[in-house]
Amino acid sequence: MTEKNKTLVVDPLDQAAGNGLMSRRLFLNSAIAGGATLATAGNAFAQEAVVGEGQEEWTLMPGDDLPEYGDVSRYEKGRVKRFVAPPPGLATASLSGRTPLHLLHGTITPSGLHFEVTHHGIPDIDPDRHEMVIHGMVKKPFKWNVEQLENYPTVSRQYFLECSGNTRVNWADPKPDQNFMYMTHGLVSGSEWTGVPLSTLLDECGVSPDAKWIIAEGADSGSLARSIPIDKALDDTMVAIYQNGERLRPSQGYPMRILNPGFEGNVSIKWVRSLYVTDKPVMSRFETSKYTDKLHDGKSLQFSLEMDVKSVITRPSNALSLEKRGMYEITGLAWSGRGKIAKVEVSADGGRTWAEAMLEGPIQSKMLTRFRIPWMWEGRPAILQSRAIDEFGRVQPSRKELLAARGRQAYYHYHAIHSWSINARGAVRHVFA
Amino acid sequence: MFLRKILMASLLLCGATITVAQESRFGTPATQADIDKRFWSTFPDGENLPDGQGTAMLGKPLFEEQCTICHGTPEARGENDVLFGGHGTIGTDKALATVGSYWPYATTVFNYIRKAMPYTAPMSMTNSEYYSITAYLLYENGIIGEGDVINKETLPDVKMPNAGNFIMAYPEVPEEYSIQK
Repeated sequence: MTEKNKTLVVDPLDQAAGNGLMSRRLFLNSAIAGGATLATAGNAFAQEAVVGEGQEEWTLMPGDDLPEYGDVSRYEKGRVKRFVAPPPGLATASLSGRTPLHLLHGTITPSGLHFEVTHHGIPDIDPDRHEMVIHGMVKKPFKWNVEQLENYPTVSRQYFLECSGNTRVNWADPKPDQNFMYMTHGLVSGSEWTGVPLSTLLDECGVSPDAKWIIAEGADSGSLARSIPIDKALDDTMVAIYQNGERLRPSQGYPMRILNPGFEGNVSIKWVRSLYVTDKPVMSRFETSKYTDKLHDGKSLQFSLEMDVKSVITRPSNALSLEKRGMYEITGLAWSGRGKIAKVEVSADGGRTWAEAMLEGPIQSKMLTRFRIPWMWEGRPAILQSRAIDEFGRVQPSRKELLAARGRQAYYHYHAIHSWSINARGAVRHVFA
Repeated sequence: MFLRKILMASLLLCGATITVAQESRFGTPATQADIDKRFWSTFPDGENLPDGQGTAMLGKPLFEEQCTICHGTPEARGENDVLFGGHGTIGTDKALATVGSYWPYATTVFNYIRKAMPYTAPMSMTNSEYYSITAYLLYENGIIGEGDVINKETLPDVKMPNAGNFIMAYPEVPEEYSIQK
C-alpha cells in the first residue's frame, strides 16, 4: 500500500478550523511518533571488528582547530543567503539585500543575513575619525566617538526593523508576484540591539522645551537625513553600537546608528554623525520624494513612520512545496510597530474559517513574534493565510480593505494579509485572495 | 576654621547665583567647526542655505556634463530617476513622480544634489554650481524662468506644484485613509 492510499484519520476533537487546521494543544499533548531504523548487527563472534566500523570519518578522527571567528558549515555555504538586487541604474551601488525568511527559524536574524537597504553604498568608516554631534536647540552642543559612547550604561533590546517598501509589489502589480518570498517579504529582520538611549545624550545637552524634531544625518556619501519626532527621540530611540552582541556591521551603520523601534527602517539613520534639534522637519528627499505614500486622490501620506501590524507564513511558502500528505507545522512571523502581538489567526480555507495559532514567547514589543499551528494536509487544495492583531486591537487588513482605503500607487507600507495557495500536488503559489 | 567658613559661605553664594552648567559625562563640547562639517541639512524656510547663486542658463551645460548620463534629458529618459515631466499624473495609475510633478519643496532639490550628487563624486562642485543645476531642473519643469537667479534668498520662495498635497500621518493616519476603523 502506498502512502497516498492510506486513509488519514483526523480526530474531530482536535480540529480548530476548516480544511485541516488542528488545535494548538496537539503541540503540547501528543508525542511525535518517530521510529529509529534498527541497524543490522554484524557478526562479532566470527571475526571481531574494531568498534568504530561503520562510523563516519568525522567520528573517527579529531576535528579542525578552533577558528577565531566561527563560520557556517561548508555544506551550508551558498544555500542560506540574502537576495541582493542588482544595481537599479547606472553608477549606483546595490540597493537591497533581502533576508531569506523561509530558511530561518526563531526570531533573531543572523547579523550577516539581516536585510539592508542602502541608497549610497556602504561606507568604510574608520571609527577613530567618526564623531556624532548633537546641536541646535540645546543649551550646549556635545560630540561623541564610539569609545566615549561605550562608557555609558547601555540597554539591550530585541527589535524588528522593516523597510516600508517591503511587500510593495503587492500594491500595483496586477498579478500576484511569484518570486520566492524573500523577494516580497525579505525586507524585515529581527536583532538584539545594544546602545545608549538617545534621551541620555539629549539630557546632557539640555534640549529646549520648544524642540519638536531631531534631524539625523549619516556619514554615507548621500549624507542621508531623516526627521525624528521629539517624542520618539525621548522615548525609546537609541544610538546603537552593537547588534546581536558584537559591534555593528558596516552595512548596519558601523560604528554608530540611530535605532527607532517600530519605525520604518529608513528613519533609523546608519553611520549617524549629526543630530540637529529643531522645531520643524527638514523635508529631506527621503521624507518627500521617497517614503511618502501616494493615495488614490492625488494626496500623499507623509511621515507614516510607525510600521503597521503584519504577518506572513514562512513555512509552507512558495519556495517550500509540500511533498506528501500528512501533518505539517504552519509557521511564520508577526510584528507591529506600535507594540506587542496579541494574537495571530490562521486560515487554511482562504479566510472562511480561522484558528488561533500558538505564539512563541517571550512576546516582545516591536519585535518579531513567531507563530505556529499544526495542519493536517489531506491532499486537497488550500489557501493558507495569517492575520495578526496587536495589543491595541489593530487588525492586519485584507488586501481588498487596504486597496480600498489607499489605492494602488502607495508603494510603501503594504501590510495586508498574504495568501499562499496549495494545489492537490502540494505546489505553493502566491495568490490574491 | 573661620576662613574655611567664609570660603564655604562664598561658595554657596556663588552656587545660588549661577545656573547649572550643562555637562556631559563622556562627550566633548562641540565647536562650530565640528557642527559645520557634519550638518548638511537645509530647510524649506531657507535655514542653513549657503551663499552662492546660479541660473538655469548656467546650469544646463553642468547638467549635461554631470547628470545626463544617468538621468537623461527633458526629451529622453535615462536609466535612473526621472527628473522631468509627469505633471498631472499623481493620483492616476500612471503616476510619474518627478522633481516637477511630486517634490513639494525646492530647497530639498538643492539640499539633496548638493550633498549626494554626482553619485560617484558627491560634494565635488561649488555651491553656485549646485544652485545652477537646481535652477535648471526647476526651469525645465516649468516652475521658474530661464534667467531667474536662485540663491538662499530666492530658493525658499519657489512654489512647487505638488506642495499642498502631503498629509501628516504621524502619529496617526487621518481617519479618511485609515484601515483601522
